[in-house]
Amino acid sequence: MSLLEVRNLSIAAGASTLVEQVDLDLAEGEVLGLVGESGSGKTITCRALMRLLPAGELRISAGSIHLNGRDLARASEAEMRKVRGVEIGMIFQNPNSHLDPVMRIGDQIAESVRYHEGASAGEARSRAIELLRQVGIPDPARRMAAYPHEFSGGMRQRAMIAVALACRPKILIADEPTTALDVTVQAQVLRLLLDLRDRLGLAIVLVTHNLGVVAQTCDSLAVMYAGRVMERGPKRELLRMPAHPYTAALLGCQPGSANPAEPLPAIPGQPPAAGAFPAGCRFHPRCPRAAAICESERPALRALRDRRVAACHFAVAP
Amino acid sequence: MNASLPLLDVKDLMVRFRAAGAGIPFTRPRYINAVNGVSLTVAPGETLGIVGESGCGKSTLGRAILNLVEFESGAVRFEGGEVSARDKAAIARLRGETAMIFQDPYGSLNPRIPIGEAIAEVLRVHRKVGADAVPARVAELLRLVGLTPDLAGRRPHQLSGGQCQRVGIARALAVEPRLIIADECVAALDVSIQAQILNLLMELQRRMNLALIFISHDLGVVRHLCRRVAVMYLGRIVELGPTEQVFSAPRHPYTRALLAAVPDIDPDRLLAPPQLGGEPPSPQDLPSGCPFHPRCPHAQTACARGNAPTLRATIPGDLRAGEVACHFDLPPDTQQGEDP
Repeated sequence: MSLLEVRNLSIAAGASTLVEQVDLDLAEGEVLGLVGESGSGKTITCRALMRLLPAGELRISAGSIHLNGRDLARASEAEMRKVRGVEIGMIFQNPNSHLDPVMRIGDQIAESVRYHEGASAGEARSRAIELLRQVGIPDPARRMAAYPHEFSGGMRQRAMIAVALACRPKILIADEPTTALDVTVQAQVLRLLLDLRDRLGLAIVLVTHNLGVVAQTCDSLAVMYAGRVMERGPKRELLRMPAHPYTAALLGCQPGSANPAEPLPAIPGQPPAAGAFPAGCRFHPRCPRAAAICESERPALRALRDRRVAACHFAVAP
Repeated sequence: MNASLPLLDVKDLMVRFRAAGAGIPFTRPRYINAVNGVSLTVAPGETLGIVGESGCGKSTLGRAILNLVEFESGAVRFEGGEVSARDKAAIARLRGETAMIFQDPYGSLNPRIPIGEAIAEVLRVHRKVGADAVPARVAELLRLVGLTPDLAGRRPHQLSGGQCQRVGIARALAVEPRLIIADECVAALDVSIQAQILNLLMELQRRMNLALIFISHDLGVVRHLCRRVAVMYLGRIVELGPTEQVFSAPRHPYTRALLAAVPDIDPDRLLAPPQLGGEPPSPQDLPSGCPFHPRCPHAQTACARGNAPTLRATIPGDLRAGEVACHFDLPPDTQQGEDP
């Protein structure tokens, strides 16, 4: 039984559709990786789940987002205010632009507890201290009074996670949460996210372009390209035997998997600009396996074995 | 390193900057110690990777080598001749033989100048070809980096990030350099484009016998591209050696922790619990003794005292096998002991 069920989600800017027919399922305690290169639509898909698309520019043009029997795609703004932070929390790549620089860390965490749960100042304070401890900030009672600039990059990311988890959401959406961090700090933050999943049963949507991060943290994956899901399935099977040529190409061009003396198997060309997607399969101009049918006919996502789906005319059933 | 004369010889380079807000009267000026005594050599046609986390001084080192920031002490010799900020002729010669490629493909190009013009500018400044031959050379350079000459009239915003990075490489090649310093030049690109640019760099480097200093935080990229690698921590090189040696059998505890933190693309090689807590200390207050001792799992009391350990050969008398700046001979690598 999924906690969150996204069906046929499309996002449009004016007349052009940027994200099309995205299906996602998230179960309790599951870490779902949303992978893709820049412009593939992974970030706006996440924002759409929270209904945080920039008003007037982007809108959900079709589809549904089911959470606890409600469709968030059709919920009112007042209902959404009770969802954001309470049922779904969100963290971002850059904590600097999502923490208030002139508000103490403790107050930023306590604020949502007081607003959503009507807690007293004292209750909110002890909850905030507890949260800071949970995300691994040493000496949390003293750190409550610190401002974001007094924290290092990794600690700010931890503080943002504490803010997101203040009202005990069951789902955390993490948009490139470790991209701005150094690898040693990234390893700490990834470990923290997995700990929180284990301890709180948190379900996580992890948006990233880093396949190493995905391989280490996710249970299942959705690979996006040019606004569409190309392939979905359990992580291990998908990374071991990709069914879609794009997934295979993406795995192939990672440095480290190839012999250092040889050129990397790069993907020729470049991803299409948003809104100017090619007809047929959107990957066909760069695909080594493209045939005539790929130029004219868009492949639908079809089920292969073992909970795997791929949108390719020639998807190999692994 | 190499029996022949090195192309570049850096000795004991130190760079420090005055910290912001340090000009308050009657207070001691505070300094950011960005590079604290780095020595390295680069042979003609060699690729040297410089890796480390943000704030370790790798970018400052690259800039100081090219005299783009002033260094406090130490020496840079290029093709045997010493380069110092006071010697204008030596600087001009250095500029004519070296080039730099930057991280931000858009930010390093003037948005109002067509890219053909941006390349022509380099040719004119360095008087590489006669005025009438400039357009032909621009077209040749564009083709060399995999762009078509008809793009010459475009401005940077009309190109993709990968295309702009190719223009940056064409500008560097216009100098006909013997040494290129590339500072995080693929960090802003998507992996599929990154692979294209890395292939281009490797091909050009081989074809033109370019020496390349490749500064990056991405260990996988460096492993693929570079023959030798230097690992930096808090302004010092803590380990230096042949890339395969350093990556497969790291000797310095920091190198080990750094490599162990890279998430492997293989789902069955699980990330070990983080070996390092906390984050690097501020380069404003360097720790005493070994700069890594506050975070080092092997640190002894002696590590906190005296001067920082200097690089020494891991096999006494044989620098080719690699050098490490640690007081101890750690037992052979156990960092990947948790593999199945």
